[in-house]
Formats: sequence, C-alpha cells, structure tokens
Amino acid sequence: MQSSWVPFVPPSASTLSGKVDALYFYLSGVTIFFTLLISGVLIFFVIKYRRRNPYEIPRPVAGSIKLETLWSVIPFIIAMTMFAWGAQIFFEQSRPPSNAVEVYVVGKQWMWKIQHTTGQREINELHVPVGRRIKLVMGTEDVIHDFFIPAFRIKADVVPGRYTTLWFEATKAGRYHLFCAEYCGMNHSGMIGSVVVMEPKDFDEWLSGSSSQQSPAIAGQQIYETLGCASCHGPTGEGGRGPALAGVFGRQVFLNNGQNIKADEAYIRESVVNPQAKLVAGFGPIMPTFQGQVSEEQLMQILAFIKSLQNQTPEPVRAASPMPAPSGMPSVAPSVAPPPAATPGTHR
Amino acid sequence: METFVPPVPSRINYINAQYGLKSWLLTKDHKRIALLYLGSISFFFFIGGLYAMAIRLELLTPQADLLQSATYNKVFTQHGIIMVFFFLIPSIPATLGNFLVPMMIGAKDLAFPRINLLSWYIYLLGGIVTIYALLAGGVDTGWTFYTPFSTTFSNSYVVATGLGIFINGFSSILTGLNFIVTIHTMRAPGMTWFRLPLFIWAHYATSLIMILGTPVIAITILLLAFERVAHIGIFDPAVGGDPVLFQHLFWFYSHPAVYIMVLPGMGIISELIANFSRKNIFGYSFVAFSSLAIAVFGFLVWGHHLFVASQSVYAGMIFSFLSFAVAIPSAIKVFNWTATLYKGSISYDTPMLYALGFIGLFTIGGMTGLFLAALAVDVHVSDTYFVVAHFHYIMVGGTLLAYLGGLHYWWPKITGRMYPEVWGKFSALVVFIGFNLTFLPQFLLGYMGMPRRYHVYPAEFQVLHVLSTAGASILGVGLLMPLVYLMWSMRYGRTAPGNPWNLPGLEWRTQSPPPTENFDYTPVVTWEAYEFAPPEETEVVGKFQDKVPEKV
Repeated sequence: MQSSWVPFVPPSASTLSGKVDALYFYLSGVTIFFTLLISGVLIFFVIKYRRRNPYEIPRPVAGSIKLETLWSVIPFIIAMTMFAWGAQIFFEQSRPPSNAVEVYVVGKQWMWKIQHTTGQREINELHVPVGRRIKLVMGTEDVIHDFFIPAFRIKADVVPGRYTTLWFEATKAGRYHLFCAEYCGMNHSGMIGSVVVMEPKDFDEWLSGSSSQQSPAIAGQQIYETLGCASCHGPTGEGGRGPALAGVFGRQVFLNNGQNIKADEAYIRESVVNPQAKLVAGFGPIMPTFQGQVSEEQLMQILAFIKSLQNQTPEPVRAASPMPAPSGMPSVAPSVAPPPAATPGTHR
Repeated sequence: METFVPPVPSRINYINAQYGLKSWLLTKDHKRIALLYLGSISFFFFIGGLYAMAIRLELLTPQADLLQSATYNKVFTQHGIIMVFFFLIPSIPATLGNFLVPMMIGAKDLAFPRINLLSWYIYLLGGIVTIYALLAGGVDTGWTFYTPFSTTFSNSYVVATGLGIFINGFSSILTGLNFIVTIHTMRAPGMTWFRLPLFIWAHYATSLIMILGTPVIAITILLLAFERVAHIGIFDPAVGGDPVLFQHLFWFYSHPAVYIMVLPGMGIISELIANFSRKNIFGYSFVAFSSLAIAVFGFLVWGHHLFVASQSVYAGMIFSFLSFAVAIPSAIKVFNWTATLYKGSISYDTPMLYALGFIGLFTIGGMTGLFLAALAVDVHVSDTYFVVAHFHYIMVGGTLLAYLGGLHYWWPKITGRMYPEVWGKFSALVVFIGFNLTFLPQFLLGYMGMPRRYHVYPAEFQVLHVLSTAGASILGVGLLMPLVYLMWSMRYGRTAPGNPWNLPGLEWRTQSPPPTENFDYTPVVTWEAYEFAPPEETEVVGKFQDKVPEKV
C-alpha cells in the first residue's frame, strides 16, 4: 500500500481525493487553530487569575452584546464556508457523468460480486483503468452494505430494494483497499477486497486475458426469455400486451395515474419486482410480480439488457446493432467494446 | 469576604432519617432516589467499561485472537447499548439532576415524588430485561439496530434487548416530565427564571428532549419488534417497506439523545466555571438560551447520519446546513465559559480541573463534528473510526468528564464527606491523558480509512490501535481511582461542612447532607445566580461591554 506524502492520510488515487483532502486540511487547520486559541486563552486566564488568597472576591464583569454577536457571527461565517465547500464537492460526486462506464456491483453477506459490462466477473476485486470514468450501479441480496474505497474518498450504502451509484475516475495505478463500511453481520470485517487500478494498456490486457464470459446484457436477454417476458413485451422489447421496452431507459414514461416519471434504474427494478406500483398509461395490471424469482444479479442483467435496447428501433430486431452499449461507452475506450460475437440476438 | 453561612447543622439528615432496606426501596425522597440511580448507573457503567476493555484488547492485533467475529460483534453492540441507554442518558439527570434540581430552586422535592421512584423502578426493570437478553445470548446488531439486518438476519436477542430499551425509555420520559413541572411550579419565592442556576436551564432543555424525543424511539423499537416477529412490512422492501425509514426514525430520537447526554454536562460546567472562579457567568442569558436552541435545533439534524445512506442529495445539503447551524449555540457556550474566567479568582480544585478538561475536549469534539457535517468529508469518514473518536470526545470527554466533575463538586453535599483532594486531582489528570491517548489516534485511523466495527483489519492500522489501547488502559485506571476513593471517603473522608466551597447557590445554604426536606425553612431568594459580589460593583472593563450591567 503506497502512502501519501502527508502522514496519516490514505493514498490519493482519484480525481476527487485531492479535493476532499483540501477541505479536510482546511477543517483540520480551523480545528487546530480554535483548539489552540481556546486552550491558550483558558490556560492564560487560569494562571493569570489564579486565586491568590482564599478570601478574595473578584468584581463582577458586565456582559457584552457586542462580543456575543461577534463570537456568534464569525463562527457562523466560518461554518458556512465549510458547508458550501463540502456541499459543492458532494454535489459533484453525487452526479455521475453521463459518459461513465458502468460496472455492476452486488453485495451479499459477506462478499462483493462485481460484473463488468463486457462480462468479466470478479469477487472482492475491482479492476479499473486509470483515467476513465467508472460508474458503479450497486444492489444487495440481503442486508445493507457499504462500498468504501478510502483511496478514492468515496463510499455509498448499498440498500435492499434500491440501486445506489458511485462514480470515480482513478488517477494512479496501484492496489487499494475496498471495505464494507456498513455493519452487515458476522463476517463484516471479512467483507474486504481490493480495487486494482491499472494503466489502460494493462487493463486491456487484463480484460482480454480473463476468460470471456457472457456480458450482463446477454445474460439478461436469456433471463428475459426464460421468464417469458417476451410474450408480452416482445422478443426484443418492441411491446405488445405490455409496454415497449426498447429505448425506454432514461425517457419519460406516462403512468395511468396521470403522472410521468423518468424510467431510471430504480423504476425498472421496481417494475420487475412490483409491477403494479407504477403502471404505464394504457396498460392493465396483468403482469405478475417477479419478487423472489430473480436474484439481484439477474435483475441487474435484465436492466443491462433493457439498457442495451436503447439504440435499437423496435422493428429491425436482428440487425447487427452495436451491442450492450452501456449507456455511454466513452469514445476514448474502444478496447472495452465487446467482442463482435457478443451481439444480442445471435446468442440463442 | 461575605461568607454564606448555612444554618447550624442538625444531626438528622436524609441519609440517617430512616434506616433499613425498605426505607430506601420505598423512599419518595429525590435525594435517596438519586443515590439509587447512582448505584445502578455505576453498575451499568462498570459493565459497559468491561466491554470497552475487551474491544480495545482485541484491537491490539490485526487478527482475531481474543474474540471471534460473533463474539466481537456482540461485545461492541452491548458496549454501545449499555453505555448509551443505561449510563449516559440517565447519568447526569437521574443522579445529580435528581438530587439538585429541587435543591437549587429551593424546593422540598420534585413535583411528583412517587413518579420519581417509579421512574427508577422502570429503569431497573428495563435494565433487568436487557441484562437477561445479554446473558441469554446477547445481541449483535450494533446499538443502532439497522434494518433489515436486525429484523430478518440477526440470530440474536433483538426483541428482548429492544424491550429493555423500550421500558427504560419510560423512566426517561417520567424524569423529564417531573423536572419540567418542578421547575415551572416549585421555585422558591424570588427564584425568577433568570436567577436560576444554568444547571437548571440545561436540565429544562434536556427534559424537553426527553419528553418529545423518547416516544419516537419507543415507537421505532415497537415497529422493529413487529417487523421481526410478524414481518408486517414496514422496513422490508420485499413487502413494500423501506429499510432506510428505520434510520430516519432511529436518528430522529438518537441524535437529540446526544443532547440529552451532553446538555446536562454543559449545565454542570457552567456551575463549575462560575463557582470556582467566583464570578457571575459571562452572558448568562446567552448560555441559558443556547441550551434551548440546542434542544430545538437538535431535532432538525438527524439526516446528517444518512449522507451515504441513499438519502437525496438536496436533503443531504439541508441537513448539512442545519448541522452547521446547531454548532453555533455550542460555540457560544464555550466562548462564554472562557470569558467568565477573565478577572476571576480561579481555584484548582478537582471539579475545576474536570471543567477545564471538558472545555478543551468538548472543543475538539465539537469541531470534529464539523468534519462530519461537511458533506464531502463525511462521505469519506462516515462509518470509520473518525466517527467513533468524534462521539467519544462528546460522550466521554464531554458528558463523562462533566459528570465526574459534578460528582466531586457535590460529593460533600451528597454524602457529607470530602473526597481526598490529592487523589481527585491526580485521577483527573490521568483521565485526561488516558482519554486523549485513546481517542486522538482514532481520528487519524478514521481518515486513513479504518472502518468501525472491524476487529480484523489491515496491518498498517496497528500502530495507532496499539496507542489507542494503551490510552484506554490509562483511562481505565483513571476511572477506577474515583470509584475506589469516593467509596472510601463515604466512611473515612473528612466531614464536610454545609458549604465547603463557600458558594452562594441555594444547595449550599443548607447542611450537608441536607435534611429530608432540604431546607429548614422555605428560602427566599434575593440574589442573582452566581452573585459573589453585589451587582453594583459590576465592572465595565472594555469598550465592547454593555454600558448597563446585565442584571441590575
């Protein structure tokens, strides 16, 4: 584990970590300043005004609205600088860039299961290249976990029934800690692993070196067919008795209660496990629930499949559409593009 | 100087007024009930302390050698539950508060003496149920009981422990109720609101939180139990619930509960700083109202525990802003305490050493709270040792030090005996050093990324863990000393006069220990709080100060 140049600060290996450190140093500076100021004044008074004879009675001292105002307003202003600075970085780290490469993460007692859009699976290890934005889409099979990479200064709870996301751009190759930071039961402290940051060239080698596995989108398509989704939503999501799925991800959906919402990961997940919750306008409540029939991983694969239908028009089904195209594969990374064999539809 | 001579001590006091176990177990005297509480919370503190030692010993090495995972998880859970619910929350209010609230306002007892006794029995029942749960097999959910682990996955005594905490909550509510009614209705003639000692203001604010907040944790625990037993679907997403809802409910109480723990401590510090420097407190009304401000704002900041728990970004920002705002009243207190020392006559008695230690440690605890309120830094340090260090600075460096300071300060009043001063000073110093050595390294560990609730950890964290454990051993010794010499002093200590510190407060204007009715006659208050010298002598020293003295 590399250490940084400042003692007691973890390695700094993402575009974010320097920003968080800067705020941390500012906060530390203010804390040390005020602690020294107060203890200094305290010690000075305690020595200077020590009781010199047991009978002395000091004269009372008048209060001061001016001083009270001063020492309310100044700390408030300082606090607001901290608030604004912290909120600004937080806002940035909470909004994944649209061109990030997705990686699917499922937590379960007590391991992290990770799958890349290109199909590679990992357990308790996450390989990522330097200089590429990565977005983690995370779910859990059981309890709340928390994906924590100290070197990147990021963490997020992984909550049952929801998807949470994290994003980062690694800046320095190396092997870094991955911790589960939310207490999750007996082997909580064993739910650790590594994030391996590699130079892009090495990463590509790693990708091609690992045995080729089904991409999540293709696995998702198989689940889609096995579960009979196609009978209502159409073999390629063109719709039928159920609403069309092709191109739905990221769009506005009109519901039969008059609302319209964005079809994001959470909505699609909910529509599989609890289809009656938000019905698309014009469709009846005929879909059964798949709660308990699909695992979190399978849900993510279905999600990946639905996302892969993005750029297809419903009709030309078997056209050699460029595959799983996770929403926004960055153009700088042609090497991550899946092998040609991995095109949906060719895999039956 | 003017001395505040208490009435000639009679030989009958609240301790020797009656004898026999029954006279204690059926007492309605707030002072005796305070002693019952003192005994029981000391017992729980001792148990919680044993758990703490087990934790620190296990963390000496990066491997699991002393405790295996299942045991370690129970040990840190039970340390938290015992310390929070059975020591810290009742600590100051139920002992020193119980003893002193009536005495400081010149009342004979609390408004509802029977309810006061009932609250102790409820506390005891809650404690027994919890101890049963611990002996039967313990609980491993963390003191926070997060769902769905606690409802669906944990194989430990969750419901029994929850029941113990649920029952215990009622004792807290009853104590708060009693204090509020007492402070409103039973002040001695002349004891106006702005003549109240700040200890009373702090207890008033605390009581508000106890009454308004505790029912929420009671409801939350009930829901948790229903969910665990009957799977009704409040918190389980598979049946339409929301696991994060539990965290909202839990912290809606448990964050204000932090102020239940620390506000009474602040009240004690105000007493100690003013009395041991023989000065009126600087900015009395600011210190008094800051307690109320903390109590009110404290209810609005629970979401800062959920910054990484998939809460919305905008909710996070609002909670962050409010959390910074709640820091200001605490800062006001620290500045006013410091200013009170100015031109005072400062003694170095043991209680004052604790008070000075409190100000330093509370400053660090409060300032590191700002790290956790700052969103981006919190994302990195939440659920790490940084959080552990921060709240121990507030709970131990703040509440426990204030409690010990207060215990020494009022010990002569409570027992009629002086504690040994040299031992007192020595133990205060040992506690201060041991405490800092224990918890300062944990801030560093936290920023380095050491997650909390881990007993197996990467080797690079070991040095700091060893330092922390070394500090904990010193702290342990420092805390054992008062246990021994205070008990020793009850029998062998120098007999205390009614007013050993020569102070103006009402509780010092009666004999030590006080008679059952506290005062031989109803006191009539004609002086301001902390009035060592007549207000006419008030000095306007700087150009900053008000032209008219504050209290004339």
